[in-house]
Amino acid sequence: MREQVPVVGVVAAGGVLGASARYAATLLWPTAPGTFPWTVFTVNAAGCALLGLLTVLATEAPAAPHPLLRPFLGTGFCGGFTTFSTYALDTRRLFGAGSPVEAVLYLGGTLVTALAAVTAGVAAGRALWVRREPV
Amino acid sequence: MNWLLVALGAAVGAPLRYLTDRAVQARHGSAFPWGTLVVNVAGSFALGLLTGVASGRAQLLLGTGLCGALTTYSTFSYETLRLYEGGAKGHAVLNAAGSLAAGLGAVWLGTAVAGLP
Repeated sequence: MREQVPVVGVVAAGGVLGASARYAATLLWPTAPGTFPWTVFTVNAAGCALLGLLTVLATEAPAAPHPLLRPFLGTGFCGGFTTFSTYALDTRRLFGAGSPVEAVLYLGGTLVTALAAVTAGVAAGRALWVRREPV
Repeated sequence: MNWLLVALGAAVGAPLRYLTDRAVQARHGSAFPWGTLVVNVAGSFALGLLTGVASGRAQLLLGTGLCGALTTYSTFSYETLRLYEGGAKGHAVLNAAGSLAAGLGAVWLGTAVAGLP
């Protein structure tokens, strides 16, 4: 348990930075209630791409980075930056505001974009750091 | 001041996600990402509940900070991709559809309990 202390510490630090960046994004680019939440949509997509990239660096690259890099930037920063709860609440609000089409578009559009972003991040990471053996 | 509230909430939410995920995965020991599902559903319920009852400052501390950092879209997406890449395509679809359905259900329940229309 004692060896978990630094990991929990960097997860907290990364989470604070990630959540602060998300909060800053919503202040810089506010979206009106009842409209498509583009800011959180973009934040979630960007965080997914970054996590994909980073996880390849931490788990597949030949030269392993510092062991605290993944908990700090992945679990901490990306986890704190992206949010599932706001996504769920905004979807519910769009339904409540009488915009079922936008609600479904937001619900499904975020999922598809997030999966595409994490896939692109992983692919970019492999192209950058993982050497392929000739077949 | 507002930023400090968000930061404080996140300083609790992110480690809580990490520790919950470890505890849940240790108990189940399966490849299915139950830990992330648990934090996402719990955080969605809590945020729905808060929306109806919390003041502006409590919203920043507990909503934007705590629930925002407790829940995650990036790990959810990465774990879905990993299931798919690992050949567990059915589990990948189940994780994606199940998380969306359970998260949405949880936020709905939270807002209903809080008495929102």
